[in-house]
Amino acid sequence: MQKKYSWYSLLKAGLSGQDWDQAIPLVEPKSKYDIIIVGGGGHGLATAYYLAKECGIKNVAVVEKGYIGGGNTGRNTTIIRSNYLRDEASSLYEHAMKLWEGISEDLNFNVMFSQRGVYNLGHSLQDMRDIERRVNANVLNGVDAQVVDVNEIKQQIPIINITKNARYPVMGASYQPRGGVARHDGVAWGFARAASMLGVDIIQDCEVIDIEVEEGRVKGVKTTRGDILADRVGCVSAGHSSVLAKMAGLRLPIESHPLQAFVSEAMKPVLHTVVMSNAVHGYISQSDKGDLVIGAGIDSYNSYAQRGNSQIIEHAAAAILELFPIFSRVRMNRQWGGIVDVCPDACPIISPTKVEGLYFNCGWGTGGFKATPGSGNVFAHTIAQDKQHPLAVPFHIDRFTTGALIDEHGAAGVAH
Amino acid sequence: MFLLYCPYCNEEREQNEFSAAGEAFIARPKNPEAISDKDWADYVFYRTNHKGDHWEQWVHANGCRKYFIVKRSTISHEILQVEPFGTEISEQES
Repeated sequence: MQKKYSWYSLLKAGLSGQDWDQAIPLVEPKSKYDIIIVGGGGHGLATAYYLAKECGIKNVAVVEKGYIGGGNTGRNTTIIRSNYLRDEASSLYEHAMKLWEGISEDLNFNVMFSQRGVYNLGHSLQDMRDIERRVNANVLNGVDAQVVDVNEIKQQIPIINITKNARYPVMGASYQPRGGVARHDGVAWGFARAASMLGVDIIQDCEVIDIEVEEGRVKGVKTTRGDILADRVGCVSAGHSSVLAKMAGLRLPIESHPLQAFVSEAMKPVLHTVVMSNAVHGYISQSDKGDLVIGAGIDSYNSYAQRGNSQIIEHAAAAILELFPIFSRVRMNRQWGGIVDVCPDACPIISPTKVEGLYFNCGWGTGGFKATPGSGNVFAHTIAQDKQHPLAVPFHIDRFTTGALIDEHGAAGVAH
Repeated sequence: MFLLYCPYCNEEREQNEFSAAGEAFIARPKNPEAISDKDWADYVFYRTNHKGDHWEQWVHANGCRKYFIVKRSTISHEILQVEPFGTEISEQES
């Protein structure tokens, strides 16, 4: 039996030669579960955790084709914020933010959530008008936000370049003090461990190859480790959502694109906050390990290849160097791509489908990490009650038919 | 980065001269008023998003600015076939 982490367990394991229990037990799939979650990323594991914790459904399996923390959860730039413009989006992301604030204690796992603040820079008068509008919308929605002028930015971030001669001069920013970063793979590990302690089976190296549907109702999944029956199936597979949907005879309003990021070698602390710029398109923070974490944009074509184009990296690097000339000699260490599921309105789909008992949580596109606990929480309630959680209602897949899109794309300081 | 062959310029050029222009063979409904919201949504928003060999449109944005269709693997990025726009493809695998 796994034990809770505490100062006592730390001391004991430290004195006994690091004799730790396995954090996430390796289990064989059973033949049947009440609920199967397809996809063991942060969102899927959070869904399973909240199903067990808040909905009282513990006969749950999470099936993951790779290993925990090896997918998009470990490929993002770890930024967390909730300063979205639209009421529907900001309520959902703020729900996540409130959960983040207690997550390490809740999971008994330090996910290194650090509320170091997030700046979204403005580079034109129109940027600044948009920022003021968004900050006002945030304040009305109870999300902490403020407009800061260029002098205050310089005072807070002395290494930033605020010269007026820049092609895109910094004119101000929105600032969300409660925003920040978290250790992304730690989030997956934390949710996986906490869920398995509540009785959820976390089955790694188990790829779903088909979804069984009979008379319009889901029966279970075929996997590389055998068939598993289930009354309900929740798909949370990010870039591969369309692939899973096809197995159940469904189509989604989603296209998959590579999104890239890169990190520098580790350095002494130089940047204590998160800086994002929509206009020049780059975002940067410094991890606790010391490396600069820099995010780029998506490639415009469809891809499942987990790699992107060099000019996208070059574009992001140019933007970061314009903002921080001091980084011009920094050596980059690694670069990678993840496959993101982009919706036409850049908002997620948290929804039942026309197949009874089959639910999808997808379309988070380029910004899903920040929503991890909130997404899992509302999706768990949606599956458990077979009725959308109130916060998930606007994110029904039918919005693409009714036309009630959530016009968040480009409106919220989102970086894509 | 990959190279794309423009069937109009008859030249192989770097991919960043081109812009991806979405899935191929999506025809605008002839009578939009007559079709259901569902069919309209299918035309505007729903996509195959195929994993594997995928027919898509590209435009030679920094060249002749003409559209053409490409069969490309979304797994390996390998270009399998390039045709001028409007070419009838018999096996429209989706």
